[in-house]
Amino acid sequence: MSAHRKTVTVCSCPGCTQRGAAAVREALEHAVVTHELGGQVEVLAGDCGGLCGIGPVIQVPGEGVIYQGLKAQDAAKIVKEHLAGGAPIERLRYAGPGAPESVPLESEHPFTKDQLFWVMRNKGLIDPEQIDEYIARDGYFGLAKALTGMTPERIVEEVLASGLRGRGGAGFPTGMKWKFAAGSQSDVKYVLCNADEGDPGAFMDRSVLEADPHSVIEGMIIAARAIGAREGYIYCRTEYPLAIHRLNVAIAAARDYGLLGTDILGTGFDFDLEIYEGAGAFVCGEETALMASIEGRRGMPRPRPPFPAHQGLWKKPSILNNVETLANIAQIILNGGAWYAALGTEKSKGTKVFALSGKVKNIGLVEVPMGTSLRSIVYDIGGGVPNKKKFKAVQLGGPSGGCVPEAHLDTVVDYEEIAKVGAIMGSGGMIVMDETTCMVDMARYFMDFIQDESCGKCTPCREGTRRMLEILQAICAGKGELEDIEKLEALSEVIRESSLCGLGQTGPNPVLSTLRYFRDEYEAHIREKRCPAKRCTALLEFRVDAALCKKCGLCFKACPSKAIAWERKQPAVIDTAKCVKCMSCFEVCPASSIF
Amino acid sequence: MPKVTVNDLKLIRERTLPTLCLASCKEGAKITMHMGTCGVAAGAVPVMEALKDELSIAGRDDIRVVVSACGGMCSSEPNVTVELQGQAPVVYQHMDASRMRQVFRRHVLRGEVQTAFALMRQAAFGSQGGGK
Repeated sequence: MSAHRKTVTVCSCPGCTQRGAAAVREALEHAVVTHELGGQVEVLAGDCGGLCGIGPVIQVPGEGVIYQGLKAQDAAKIVKEHLAGGAPIERLRYAGPGAPESVPLESEHPFTKDQLFWVMRNKGLIDPEQIDEYIARDGYFGLAKALTGMTPERIVEEVLASGLRGRGGAGFPTGMKWKFAAGSQSDVKYVLCNADEGDPGAFMDRSVLEADPHSVIEGMIIAARAIGAREGYIYCRTEYPLAIHRLNVAIAAARDYGLLGTDILGTGFDFDLEIYEGAGAFVCGEETALMASIEGRRGMPRPRPPFPAHQGLWKKPSILNNVETLANIAQIILNGGAWYAALGTEKSKGTKVFALSGKVKNIGLVEVPMGTSLRSIVYDIGGGVPNKKKFKAVQLGGPSGGCVPEAHLDTVVDYEEIAKVGAIMGSGGMIVMDETTCMVDMARYFMDFIQDESCGKCTPCREGTRRMLEILQAICAGKGELEDIEKLEALSEVIRESSLCGLGQTGPNPVLSTLRYFRDEYEAHIREKRCPAKRCTALLEFRVDAALCKKCGLCFKACPSKAIAWERKQPAVIDTAKCVKCMSCFEVCPASSIF
Repeated sequence: MPKVTVNDLKLIRERTLPTLCLASCKEGAKITMHMGTCGVAAGAVPVMEALKDELSIAGRDDIRVVVSACGGMCSSEPNVTVELQGQAPVVYQHMDASRMRQVFRRHVLRGEVQTAFALMRQAAFGSQGGGK
């Protein structure tokens, strides 16, 4: 029997060690000595009982007390108040596991309760590299139904009846596209999948391909049957290595089962596909540029007509559908077009997947029925804007889209309704912006993207977007002039009217929509040389409001260029000559006294 | 591999569906690692390594580990879903190696749901909405 009155154990498992158990033990031993408890308290190595997630853990086994998440400085307090004083420190104690019932159910959780998983029905539930698991979830039964019980015409009718529209953004009825291609006479036709997801802030297609690659493959085989194609390509960007890997595994497994290849399911129908890795040019998401890229040429759009449904890849009739569009097909065939059309608004049916990101609490993939309001997505599902900041706008459709301000947040998810407020449905990128986002700066960012990604074929797009960028850069730098706004509008009009493809036709949209809703911000930049959101650093002169300053010195510590003078109990002062306008002080100030 | 027929598809479904549903399996636990791009970027790989380490220490052969993709809420990644026989699957959020060890030792081995790290509980497999 030990002569010591009390034993304290410090866990030495890998988890607790990683979180700093050794330093806690050292501090504990030191405190025991300084409190002259050497003869009474013994510090031993012990075990955390698996509580290392909030390690390091120490225990006083004799009393059943467990402390967790300790820092070295907590040790002295524990020795003084608990081991010497006899009163355990409740704040640091492990409270025991909570009741499992306190964890919200998926059907009650704010993020998931209003979502409806059709396209994402298998997300996170199956191993995407196991074809059997996909089949277990009714995978390839849509294909079986289409091949054994339906004529190609019937398949097209079912997709038409579903009201499914292209999820890549333009919203062209999928069934119509298929009907045109089915009606084209040719011995060779192609089915193409557009997985060239390039909008900043969009990651829907990547997630679908990673979580459920077979759903896209199944959709492509059904499409091939509908239009009479025997070959297909998935055009996926090289930047998606995991998606490409899982697609390759899926294609190999489908070939193994004869779901790709000749005589599929013993029905005599042949179809096979391969992946074409695109190098990531934004314009290659445009259908004719995508086809040029597969043909080995430079990715540049060409005039239409002829439309791809008549002359597409290698001048053969082709259809190009987006990943999400194709992922809907098997469900439509399996459950019927009427089932699909029962959900949604008058002209937009089914569900839509959005990639919700930006200044919002819950970031992720959101699948909602058409007709859900943007407000519900941002506030109910997204949980609203964090850090007590005010909502400013949500950008839909990336660089081709527009922003929707607070006043129009009750707009519902519907191709026409969203277009009415100056944005587009787009492929599903949804970026939430708060009051700290400068709308001129945002427009500048997207214009920089567009002028970078313009293929250069059409002069208005190639040169015009460059000039627009220069004007926006000048405005952000405080060199804007009053006529700049008119110049931007005039250039936008010309670029929209005279560009061949969607990139140029929609490129000015971010500028036009920010001018529509946030013209005052442009005017503040130009007339008053002021950035209301305090983002355009050229327009900011940082100084400290001595009345608000808490004299805490955080700005002094954060400043990388030693431009801030501060002493204890004195307000900070910024030397504007040394200030590099990095915003470090602005961001750390707890009292918002710097501007 | 011979070509599958529609009948074979049905057989595969019948054979595989029970393996997805823990209730019809002999295993005591199923741990789903959500390893899409977002999960991996958020740090799912060290979580997986910690799990493998714990598994080898525990020496249990009735625990199945499944690699899956993004569960949808990217800001809560890395996610790990733990399902014990006869209990609702629990999705854990913001996992790291230490949290994984705690979830494994306390929840998987001792049945205590670690509510401090839990994001949500799911309905039993296959009973949630979507599809038919």
